[in-house]
This record gives sequence, structure tokens and C-alpha cells, in this order.
Amino acid sequence: MWLFHDAKYGFINMRRKAYVVSASVLAAGMVAMVVNFATIGNWQNYGVDFTGGVLVQVAFDPPTDDTELREALGGTQAPTITSFGGEGDYVIRAAVEEGVSIDVVAAGLSEQIAASYGEDRFEVVRTESVGAKIGEELQGRAALAIIFSLFLTLLYIAIRFEFRFGVASVIATTHDILIVLGLLALFRVEISLPTVAALLTIVGYSLNDTIVVFDRIRENLNARGGRREDPYKLVNRSINETLPRTVLTSGTTLGVLLSLLVLGGAVIRDFTMVLILGVLIGTYSSIFIASPALLEIQKRYGTGDVREKQKAKARRAATV
Amino acid sequence: MLKSFRVRLIVILAALGIAIGYYVTEGLKLGLDLQGGMHLVLEIDDPDGTLTPEAKASAIERAERIIRTRVDEFGVEEPLIQRSGSDRIIVELAGLDDESRAKEIINQQAFLEWKLVLPNTDVDQALERLDRAVVVALGAETLREMGRDTEAGEAGASSIEQLLFNTPSDSVQADDSAAASDPDAATDPPTATPEDEATAEDESGDGEGEVNFRPFSGLLNTGEVGTYLVDAEDIDDAAAFMALPEFQRALPRGVSLQWGWDSIPRAGRFYRELYVLEEDAFLTGDQLDDATANRDQQFNQPQVLFELNRRGGRDFQRLTSANIGNRIAIVLDGEVVSAPVVRDRIGARGTIDLGSADMSEATDLALVLRAGALPAPLSIMEERTVGPSLGADSIEQGQLAGIVGVIAVLVIMMVYYRMAGILAVAALAIYLMLVLGGLSALNATLTLPGIAGLILSIGMAVDANVLIFERIREELERRRAPRTAVDEGFGNALSAIVDANITTLITGLILFQFGTGPVRGFAVTLCIGIVASFFSALYVTRTLFLIYLTRKRGSDPISI
Repeated sequence: MWLFHDAKYGFINMRRKAYVVSASVLAAGMVAMVVNFATIGNWQNYGVDFTGGVLVQVAFDPPTDDTELREALGGTQAPTITSFGGEGDYVIRAAVEEGVSIDVVAAGLSEQIAASYGEDRFEVVRTESVGAKIGEELQGRAALAIIFSLFLTLLYIAIRFEFRFGVASVIATTHDILIVLGLLALFRVEISLPTVAALLTIVGYSLNDTIVVFDRIRENLNARGGRREDPYKLVNRSINETLPRTVLTSGTTLGVLLSLLVLGGAVIRDFTMVLILGVLIGTYSSIFIASPALLEIQKRYGTGDVREKQKAKARRAATV
Repeated sequence: MLKSFRVRLIVILAALGIAIGYYVTEGLKLGLDLQGGMHLVLEIDDPDGTLTPEAKASAIERAERIIRTRVDEFGVEEPLIQRSGSDRIIVELAGLDDESRAKEIINQQAFLEWKLVLPNTDVDQALERLDRAVVVALGAETLREMGRDTEAGEAGASSIEQLLFNTPSDSVQADDSAAASDPDAATDPPTATPEDEATAEDESGDGEGEVNFRPFSGLLNTGEVGTYLVDAEDIDDAAAFMALPEFQRALPRGVSLQWGWDSIPRAGRFYRELYVLEEDAFLTGDQLDDATANRDQQFNQPQVLFELNRRGGRDFQRLTSANIGNRIAIVLDGEVVSAPVVRDRIGARGTIDLGSADMSEATDLALVLRAGALPAPLSIMEERTVGPSLGADSIEQGQLAGIVGVIAVLVIMMVYYRMAGILAVAALAIYLMLVLGGLSALNATLTLPGIAGLILSIGMAVDANVLIFERIREELERRRAPRTAVDEGFGNALSAIVDANITTLITGLILFQFGTGPVRGFAVTLCIGIVASFFSALYVTRTLFLIYLTRKRGSDPISI
């Protein structure tokens, strides 16, 4: 079996359509962020890891329902309650006011539940209490981690390939992160520490995919006659040549992730979801964003190749 | 050629052996999210920012040592206690039955003091001034909103009695009478100095019309000697008043007011005691040699027996002999635990009665007293707990997802690449063992995101094989001989595999550097996975391929 063997799709010719698609998804994400900011006061649905606050997961046996639990926790004054995974499992998220000790809030919630339901009806299976100070620090660190890893890969690729390859791959990866962030904002997926880990994995995966395509471009460029070939055709050929691998690898990775999504339990569902999004977008971007970006850079700034500059100079001198 | 196989096989088997060895002996440590447990981040309390960095560093170092002693005595297996930054401590405890108890043991400052209980008169004579200080600090309006605008005439009956009985019109005279009637107080008489008098008069001059508010004294009811009773509903307000700097300044010199820790039922209502204490402790917990929990024989109530060191014993003896008939308060972290009347001279041994407390509280108190007091109060900045049942569910689900995912990958590989796919699957099996061994060897903890990272890295390990196989197919298409095609295929795929893996490794390392807890676990699995996939794809798969090539009949095409 050899799927997509000898494919001759005109990926590069489709690049303008791809720009439009990417731009509109990005725009939708930005709008979602602004809407979020206006309605919930934050660009993203930050979880307690980043805003500080208390999360308590309770399992009821026998199960209860939303309304009853909300009533127990103070009716309209109740903190946010969401059903989580299995029947009878609820996650309660509460803010912590300044000056109040975080462990007091978590203990208070379970006391309130105990007062309405009795001690034996429920079990607190998970609590996460994060002070506001720590939350702020984490936000900064997460952003720093992403910027730092982008910078280092730019450096690495610039050394191993050419500088423009590095720039193109950073453009593609930034594109992926922004699109995923936009989609997260759109669907109001909770941003927690694992979500950030997933985002960073996307950085890794997307680079991985881009590098395989770039590796083929590099190889074709360095083959005999490669530098004389029309760059658009060369890049398009390289994408097609790596297409079987791209499809198979993305397919197997997605297969594993789907199994995690369906069977892996509620705790890592968001995490897996972000990874699946990332794999799809990373594959898309290595074909439709990274490679065209390489060509756009070359069109505007040349290849950075010394010989070519000299040739261009000679040509200019000849025409004058 | 056979010889080079042997070397390759030996290398692979050795690697596998080491990996399995580590896995079997060290085992895989499960993260708190998988086995259940508690993760705490504690920070030194320094709201005013008065501590110097050096003071913080030394305090955090001592705190870490004391917490370690406490946790060890509490008996938690493999606790993780480490400093983080200059002012934080991370504590991770697995498999706890009672999290709140463990938290209390870790976080309790356990600063123990013995203080003399002073007669109520020491505070009574200053009540008017204290009330005025509260009014001046908060303003009449705020007090009215709080519902604390009781005027002198409307105070509760008991406190009226108390005030009429105890508050003389002239405070200087009161000092004299207190000193006369209570010889022990004479050791440190809380005299009102001329300055105090002057400020009191100034304030009464300024605050005309507000002075008849009794926000604070209105909350006090008569208690035992040296104490007031405050209704449970009034405690928050009283504590808020007492926290005012103006209030603290208005207190007579050398006197402090401190809460008792038990609530006291009286006529269907609950009260807490407010003790009048000498401000300076004459003995503190650092003079303690030993502490054990016990039940007192008379009432079968829990108590803590303590033993003081030589110097502490001497001080204690001197003090008790001078104060027979008086009360001595035992103050723990600013709250009075008990205040027995001294009946006899006490030497190096004594007891702390805990009243209605549980026996476990006595055990825990003895434990923290033995371990010593924390040099500064710590506050909890971050707390995560996972119940054991949730952890078990997660493992089960993670395993199931992993097995199904891996089987899916194997089936795809075998259908797609046939014989070569089977070789890849064998290499992947070795890869998995190497990752598990590597995780055990590095003593890494497997967290839930870690399992996800592991499963994901399988997907990426497959990628290396796919890259190689695609290249071999391309070479075969160019009608290369099988052996050449295989060599060329590995060679051509190398640069892509190296570059792709190194960039992912960069991301993994940064994740490790910046991440905490579960994210770190994920980063470690990812990094180990990448290194193992390098080895498995480039060395193991290749060796298996070479063996396959020599085994198959020369005329047969490669099954790929």
C-alpha cells in the first residue's frame, strides 16, 4: 500500500486560498477573544491555574442535579458549577477574594455541600487551590516558555538550514499557536497548565512536520540543478514527495490521540482536544503556510545566497 | 557481516536489559494525580515586606528542616519537600487518609509561649480610651453601618455591671488599687504614664459627641479572672477592632489581649475568651526538650506532657514559685490553649490541657512541638489534592487508551508496510521498554499528562520509521538493489529525523525548565521518548532490517 504516492497536487497554487482561510480563522479567534474580554473579563477562559482561585471536584453517589447543587451552594450567589465526565461528578470553581486564605475557601465549599447533602452522599475527589500571585507568575512563565522555544528553534534551523527556513518555520509555528489560541477562545476551553503543555507540544509537532518538508526542499535544492529550478515548482514537488509520510504520520498520531480522547477519561479531555487541533493545524501549516512563507521571503529578500547576489549584481551591471 | 550483527544485537539486548533492570528494581513512580495525594506550595508570610532576603533565606531553610522532621514523624512514605525560589517550600505527600490533618501539621507555626495572666482591671481602666481609639480610627459612620454604635447607656447588662464595678473614674487611682490588691501584678505594673494621660485628654477634647460610643467595651462580658467573654457573633468585629494600630497604641503598656482557642457555651450561646496577658512571654517553646500526648487520669481528656530543658526548667520554677495562686496562660500561635492556676512550684515538667479536643489533636500538637516552631508563619499559596479513587480511574483509563492507541498504530504499520511494518513494531516494543526504563532510571514521576506525552511520543517514534520506509520505497522505485536501497533509505532519512527530533527536544527541555508539577512530568516523558526513538529508529530498526535482508532469499523483493 502506498497512499498519495507520486502525488502532483498544486499546493503552492492554492496558497492564496489558504491565506484567506487562515486569516478568517485568525480573525474569528481575535473577535472571540475581544468578546471574551468584554463578557468574562479575560481574553481566554483562564482556569484557576492562571487566575488563582479554587476548583473542587465532587462525586455524588447517588447523583444529584445542577439545580439542587446550586441551591446548596447559595442559589444565585453560587460559584460556577459544571458537570464533569461521569454521572454525579461536578466541578465547582470559586474565586478567592484578596486576603482570604485559599484553603479556607475549598474547605468552606465542602462544608456547604455537607450541610445540604450530608457527609456520606459525596466525596471530594480533587481540589486545586491556587493563590492569585502564583497564577500571575504562571501566566508570565507560560508565555516566556513559548517565546523562548520559538527563538531557540529559529536559531537551530538557521544554523542547520538557512536563515529564511528558520524565519518561515517560526512564522508557521506562530500561525499555529495563534489559530489554536483563537479556537480555544472561541470555544471557551479552559486554559490550565496541561493546556499550556499541549500548546508547547503543538509547537514541537508543527516544527517537526515543517522540518520534514524543509528537509526535502533543502535536499532538492542541493541536488544537481536544484538552484536553477523554478523555486515554486521545487517547493511544490518537495511537498508532494513528502505527502505519503505527512499523511501516514499525522494519521497514526491522530489515531492515538483519538483513542486518548474517547477512552482517556475526563481529566485529560481538554488536553487531548488541544493536541488534536494542533496536529491538524500543524499538518496544514507545514504545507500551506511554512512552504509558501519560504517562497514569499525569497521573492522579497532573495535566498540570502551569496552567489545569487553576485549574479544579480552582474545582471544589473550588464543591463546598465 | 554476521559478526557486526552480533555486536548490534548485544548492544540492543544490553540496553534492553538495563532498561528492564531499572524498571523492575526502581519501578515507576506515579505522580500525585495518579496515586492520589497532596501538593502544597507554602510561602513565608511577609505582608509588610519587612524581612530582608537573607532573613527570608535562613527562615525558609529552617522551615524546610522543621517541616521535614514533622512529615517524617507523621509517617508519610517518600515525601517530597523542597525549597523553591527564595521564599517558598513545595511539599508533596502521596497516599494520605486525612489531608486536612497533614496540612495542619505542616503549616502550623507551633510557636509556644507561657505568659502571665493579668487582672481585668489592667484593661478595664483603659476601656474608655480603647473605645475612643476605635471611634477615631473608623469614624462614627462606619461603626453605625456595622451596627456598633451602642452608646454608654445601652450596653448589655453584664458588661454594664462589669464596668460599674471595675471602672473607676480616675485611672491613676485604679493602678494603685490594682497594684495593692494584686501583689503579683506589681512585678510589672501597667501604669498609665503622663503621656498616655495627655493623649487621652487630647482625644476626648477632639472627639466631642463621639466619646459615648462603646464599640469595643460593649462587646465584652464578664469572664473568669483575667478574661472577658465575647459572643461568637461579635468575634469578627472585636478582632477587627483589636487589629487597628490605634487600638494597639491605646492598650496599656506591657499588656496584650489574646483569644482563647475553644468556644465556651453559656446559656445556649457560644463565647470565646479574651485573655488579659502580660505582653512579654517569660518562656517559649524553644526551651522545650520533649513533648508527648497523653490522657489526663481524672477526666480522661487529652493533654500534652512537656519537658523543658535545664534553663527553661529553672526559669519555669522561679516563675511558678512567685505566682502561686495566679494563672499562667499557655499560648500557641497567638491563641491561649489553656490557663491553669499555679498550685505549686513547677519544675521542668508540665502539662498542657487541651479540654474538649480530640486525642489526635494532642498527638499532632506533641509532634509539632517536638519538631520545633517554624521561624515564621507560612501561608498556603497553592494546594492540589487528588483522591485515590480518581487517580485509579485515571490510570485505568490512561492504560486502556494507551493500549488501544498502540494497537491501532501497530495495525496501521503492519497493513501499510507489511514485513517492514512488523520490524518497526518490534522496534517500537523495544522503544517502549527503553522509555519505561529511562523514566525509572531518572526517577521521574509518571503523571497523567505524562501518559499522554508517552502515547504522543509513540506517534512520533512511528514517524521516524515512516520517514525511513518512505525513503527505502523511493530508492526501490529507482530500481536499486535491496541492500543499497535500505542503506540509502536510512541515510536519506537521517537529516530529517535528527533535525525534527532536536527541535522537539528543545521544546521539551524548555517545558521542563519553565514547567511545574504535571507539565514537568510531561516534558520528561517527551524528552526520554525522543532520545529512545532516535535509538530505536536508527539502530534497532536498522539491525532488524539487516537481519531480515540476510535471512530472505536473494531473489525475493523486500516486503515494504
